[in-house]
Amino acid sequence: MNKLPQLFAGIFFVFATSWIGLVAYPYLQLGHMQPVKSAVTGEAAPPPLTGSAVAGSRVYAANGCIYCHSQQVRPAWLSTDIEKGWGPRQTVPRDYLRERPSFLGTMRTGPDLSNIGVRQPSVRWHFEHLYEPDVVTPGSIMPSFRFLFVQRPVRGKPGVDAVAVRGPNAPPPGHEVIPTQEARDLVTYLLSLRRNEPLPEADGSPVRQP
Amino acid sequence: MSAGEPTTESRVERAEIDRSLRGPVLFFFSSGIAWLLLGSALGLLSAFKMSFPHLLDSAGWLTFGRVRPAHLNIVIYGWASSVGIGVGIWLMARLCRVALRHRGMLLGAGVAWNFGVALGTAGILAGQSRSIEWLEFPGWATPVLFVAYALIGGWGVIMFRYRRPGHVYVSQWYLLAAFLWFPWLYATANVLLIWQPVQGSVVGAVNWWYGHNILGLWFTPIGLASAYYMIPKVLGRPVHSYYLSILGFWSLALFYSWNGMHHLIGGPFPAWMVSASVVASVMMFIPVIAVAINHHCTMRGHFHYLKWSPTLRFTVFGAMTYTVVSLEGSLMAIPSLNNLTHFTDFTPGHAHLGLYGFFTMTMFGAMYYIIPRLVGWEWPSAAMIRWHFWLAASGIALMVAALTVGGFLQGLELNDPQVAFMTSVAVVAPFRFVRALSGILLAAAHLVFAVLFVRMLMRRGERREEATLLAPQGTHSELPTV
Repeated sequence: MNKLPQLFAGIFFVFATSWIGLVAYPYLQLGHMQPVKSAVTGEAAPPPLTGSAVAGSRVYAANGCIYCHSQQVRPAWLSTDIEKGWGPRQTVPRDYLRERPSFLGTMRTGPDLSNIGVRQPSVRWHFEHLYEPDVVTPGSIMPSFRFLFVQRPVRGKPGVDAVAVRGPNAPPPGHEVIPTQEARDLVTYLLSLRRNEPLPEADGSPVRQP
Repeated sequence: MSAGEPTTESRVERAEIDRSLRGPVLFFFSSGIAWLLLGSALGLLSAFKMSFPHLLDSAGWLTFGRVRPAHLNIVIYGWASSVGIGVGIWLMARLCRVALRHRGMLLGAGVAWNFGVALGTAGILAGQSRSIEWLEFPGWATPVLFVAYALIGGWGVIMFRYRRPGHVYVSQWYLLAAFLWFPWLYATANVLLIWQPVQGSVVGAVNWWYGHNILGLWFTPIGLASAYYMIPKVLGRPVHSYYLSILGFWSLALFYSWNGMHHLIGGPFPAWMVSASVVASVMMFIPVIAVAINHHCTMRGHFHYLKWSPTLRFTVFGAMTYTVVSLEGSLMAIPSLNNLTHFTDFTPGHAHLGLYGFFTMTMFGAMYYIIPRLVGWEWPSAAMIRWHFWLAASGIALMVAALTVGGFLQGLELNDPQVAFMTSVAVVAPFRFVRALSGILLAAAHLVFAVLFVRMLMRRGERREEATLLAPQGTHSELPTV
């Protein structure tokens, strides 16, 4: 082990095995996967993201939602994720085709969001929850995202999407809290998270190769 | 690594090499320590936010989801990488017995590196994070880091190329490998995740191939290179076994590089990928035990040196933690146990044990050895070194204990379908508060060390002829070099 070329070759080739195995080959296997036609609706599954949801995924990234929320449902043979209600089936590679990047996450400081659009389909609920999480969900340690909202004086009638604030961050009398475009995009993105379409490879059995 | 008295000639040669390294290495150390202080502050803020979610919650740039990745990237790229580069360059030059040439360029690369870290951190706080773990810096900051790194890593390889003839020591293999692996990792991850993003769940695979390898193939080899150098050097005795070092090195390279997917067990991937990583993770027992035996047998009969030598005390703490954290990591990859620890605070506990308990402590040990040789001055206060050690050691022990126990309980609740989700938040809450308190101990340790470092640069305190020891000892002749 005293010569540079031999040492270099060893260092290079040993590492190359993992580069081929965990980067190049998965890319070839999964990198060009396409949506399928849903047997139920006849639409593409997973459905493409709308412009607002794409913008919302950037808000999701910018504010680090992934540090507390995962977006993956593990199969029933391995975990209790399905019993716990995170989704009707395990998530598979095809579920993430539309997202760049996908936010699989590695923490469940907060609940899994793979199917939050199914569990909480109300736009109003999401605005209220983002503004004052621990008022909407007692005991929650999610920080307030009230910097994604603006306070403004009520002009005439209250705005249709004014947030019903109950907690200590209520606006002064004569003012209302309105979501910014960022908050609207974020909620559009959250509501688009519905990984419950039946996909051919996701029937709840152990992960099969797509 | 002989115990023999150095000749005048070799003393002159070493002094020559140290003189050539002084500027760049001290620059990497200084900037690293500055980032460590800032990173500690942001870590503390994130930790307290988990107990007090209303703390500083009115502005976007102070929200948890930005402060936490800012903390992580600062300590990884600002602190750990900077100090690792400083230690790595110093070790490489000493072991190759070549003086550093064109140090102005290395210094310039160091400035660029720091500029890249500052730019990236500002990007995260401003809301430009990519939310790809360990790679949050926005795409317009990472090329700066890459170019700066290419210059720095190139220096290590060039020094090795022009080394003086003679035996190549195990630390040199590790350093050469680290200098070559890092740019490969960083370039692959940046191209596939940021510049030409891949689709779907492939992101997760590339992300964790990178995330785990930056620990295993960048920080770990530098930490081990340092431990392999410092332990025999301070004791004045050779490494126990050459063959164990070879086994440890090549098995680390082979198995560690395949570990990444154990972060995504049960995730949306073909089963073979996760299985390969689980197997490789368990196989990590081989390099870890090889290194542990080698270091233990080198230390055997000399553990009383830990009373005196700051370098040895920090380094041995780090080396022992390496064994513990690696074995813990192998166990965490076994699916039935992973089921309990996955998605919980157990994981950040494990990460801190590795990056702090092992790597950071080892780097502190190396700095206690290297800095006096660069500055030409001995450490001004043994008491402050003792404070530094005990604050850091108790802080990391408390943090890991809190996160491990809390994460375990959290995992039990998360896995129980009969229990509401909020129970898992409530059960870990007191442990999160203890973790935040442990951060105060660590931040205090870093302040003590920073003050000590500045006093050292200013050559404060009395002139000493002998190395500063942690405790008075009978016969100085027992310690050839400290």
